Amino acid sequence: MSNDSKKWFSLNLNSRKKVSESSCGCGKTSGGCGSHSNQKQPELNEQEFYEAAVDASIGEERSKDGFEQVFDVKMDRRSAFKKLTASLLIGAGAVSTSCSVVAGDETKEKAQIDWEEQFKGNYKLMTNDEKSATVDRLVRSYQLRTGKTISMSSKNAEEDVLFGYAFNISKCQGYMDCVNACVEENNQDRNSQMQYIRIHEMKDGKGLKFDEADDNYYHEVPAEGHFYMGTQCFHCDNPPCIEVCPVQATWREDDGLVVVDYDWCVGCRYCMAACPYDGRRFNWSKPEVPEEQVNHNQHYLGNRMRKKGVVEKCTFCVQRSRAGENPACVEACPTGARIFGNLLDPKSSIRWVLENKKVFRLKEDLGTEPKFWYFMD
Amino acid sequence: MRRLKVLKSLITDSLDTITHGSKRYHLWMAFLTLVMLAGMYCYSIQLDEGLSVTGMTDRVSWGLYISNFTFLVGVAAAAVMLVMPTYVLKDIDFKQAVLIGEGLAVAALIMCLAFVVADMGGPSVLWHMIPGIGVFNFPNSMLTWDVLVLNGYLFLNLSIPFYILFRHYQGKEANPKVYIPGAILSVFWAVGIHLVTAFLYQGLQARPFWNNALLGPRFLASAFAAGPALIILVLALIRSFSEFKIEDKTIKKIAMVVTVAAQINLIMLVSELFKEFYAPTHHSESAYYLFFGLHGKGALLPWIWTAITLNVTATIILTFNKLRNNLKILYVACFMLFIAIWIEKGFGLIIPGFIPGPYGKIAEYTPTGIEIMVTLGIWAMGAFVFTILAKTAIGIETKKLRFKK
Repeated sequence: MSNDSKKWFSLNLNSRKKVSESSCGCGKTSGGCGSHSNQKQPELNEQEFYEAAVDASIGEERSKDGFEQVFDVKMDRRSAFKKLTASLLIGAGAVSTSCSVVAGDETKEKAQIDWEEQFKGNYKLMTNDEKSATVDRLVRSYQLRTGKTISMSSKNAEEDVLFGYAFNISKCQGYMDCVNACVEENNQDRNSQMQYIRIHEMKDGKGLKFDEADDNYYHEVPAEGHFYMGTQCFHCDNPPCIEVCPVQATWREDDGLVVVDYDWCVGCRYCMAACPYDGRRFNWSKPEVPEEQVNHNQHYLGNRMRKKGVVEKCTFCVQRSRAGENPACVEACPTGARIFGNLLDPKSSIRWVLENKKVFRLKEDLGTEPKFWYFMD
Repeated sequence: MRRLKVLKSLITDSLDTITHGSKRYHLWMAFLTLVMLAGMYCYSIQLDEGLSVTGMTDRVSWGLYISNFTFLVGVAAAAVMLVMPTYVLKDIDFKQAVLIGEGLAVAALIMCLAFVVADMGGPSVLWHMIPGIGVFNFPNSMLTWDVLVLNGYLFLNLSIPFYILFRHYQGKEANPKVYIPGAILSVFWAVGIHLVTAFLYQGLQARPFWNNALLGPRFLASAFAAGPALIILVLALIRSFSEFKIEDKTIKKIAMVVTVAAQINLIMLVSELFKEFYAPTHHSESAYYLFFGLHGKGALLPWIWTAITLNVTATIILTFNKLRNNLKILYVACFMLFIAIWIEKGFGLIIPGFIPGPYGKIAEYTPTGIEIMVTLGIWAMGAFVFTILAKTAIGIETKKLRFKK
């Protein structure tokens, strides 16, 4: 596993391997051919000494495994015992040294990455080079830790793009497929069951009574006499949450997405208090996603792995939307209640909805200008 | 060079003073140390496991820490009520009390900063807030204003008493031309720290319970009641446990300040209650939750009604000269007022801001044992810092601590 990962990076790890690979192609390890003495004699460091010692004692049996080395050879008991002891001692020493050498290098690299990550700047203020450098570090760090390779994007907002979202109240049946898709797509903490989307179940004939709605139901849907309405981060054009952040760890991107730099967030939760739409979530403990469930297609500002003590939120699946796809919730919705697109593109379906339906937004009186509209058929 | 020598001698002398004392003093310090250690242990658990060990959730994202922070900013601001009459209006009565008041402000500010740090999700990246190295979102974020004013106020309240004590330590008079400008500045600054802290909440359109124009002035009124009330209690303790002379006249004068502030505070409370309950709107729900409970949930009811009862009783007691001038009754009234405002300006203000949530969801908040222990630890730290500062200051002022040439 860890050897596979080496393909991707040309970092000079595993020096022990190089030493043992330096044995020449003559097949003999005991130094019978000329090239061995040339290479090895002049200076023997500790490791090479081990190699030489191993060669000397069990050189001919190298291709065989330990059992065969000792017992598949004709020898008297005394020499067998001697060889066994020698190989055990040397083997143990070599194994421990080599392991620690490998671990030492990886630990060093991890420490180096952690150091640079701890003292890197705010993503918002980074140049494109710095952005890709931190993304590379994070990918490498994940690889060192888990042996798995992820792809992480640092793609910036495109020009003439402004993302908007529309929600059809008539169509939503409360299946919550969007919620599940969102959790899977965005690598949210499974322990605390963090969810960006809340589906509010409301009674027919009572209007939009959020305070009487149930946003945590466990029964068959659609329930008789109820309708459903989803909320999440509305990506306000005038977001109150970004003004209050003391370190500018959250901001509005040029394509309208309100994002968080998880590594810059200090975890004061002022933005959560400032959000009128319950759009933000906090990692109260270390977020955990089972390795096999991790979505490996990531964006720095989106679904990359978070740490404890930072705020996160819906990003309209920046890893998907900037790649020209729909967010996971839109794609997962079985009823077609969710519509997403570029507000600046006159031919987009979101524009069609805004132009042909009676749309409204929540708490418009607060002046937050959400880019999330509701409408009915 | 000579100054350094004096400073060195001052430090060794004060170390000597704070490590020597009566048995009761040692017991007191040992007790505080114990509580601090317990708090530190609980904080280490919080650091290890995250803020999930507290009672806070996504629905109620600020709790006991921020409540205590808010209240203590008021206590710190109250030092101004002693500084102004002494240094600016030249009212000699307060001169002995003012050093104590400033010591209290320093302790309160240190507790404030500790509560903010305890509330942070990532205390290891707090350097992101340091201007120059990090990004300081000034002037947009009120939190950055708060960082500036709190640290500035801490500096003022450390430097003015230090200068005065440093001079007195050498047996010299402090030069008013040096410290009066600082004292005048600190008067405005004190109003600033409390107003800015109120703006922290007042500026959030998302939370109608906080988003009202009276919040700032009410913060000031309650601060100028609770802070000097605490100073009266502390002075009473110092009077009985040390030879530091504090006249009755001084305490009675501070009591006057407490009384006026408590009365104004009560008027504002009535105004607030009238607005919320005469013509209740959707925005009055938090107030309903706080005072009467909503949908059968009312965790804060016993607290807020205790606070209201204590507040009204204490204000009535203080209003009558006869009762106020009886020191024993005064101390009881001050204690009642202090507790009342701690509840009211602490979690009585912060928690209802989140309940009901933006969509009307009522999720209640109960602090956990770890949270309470960390809070107690920080209070113990404040008391510890104050004891050290007060003991040194009293030593110098009673002429026991003097620089020997």
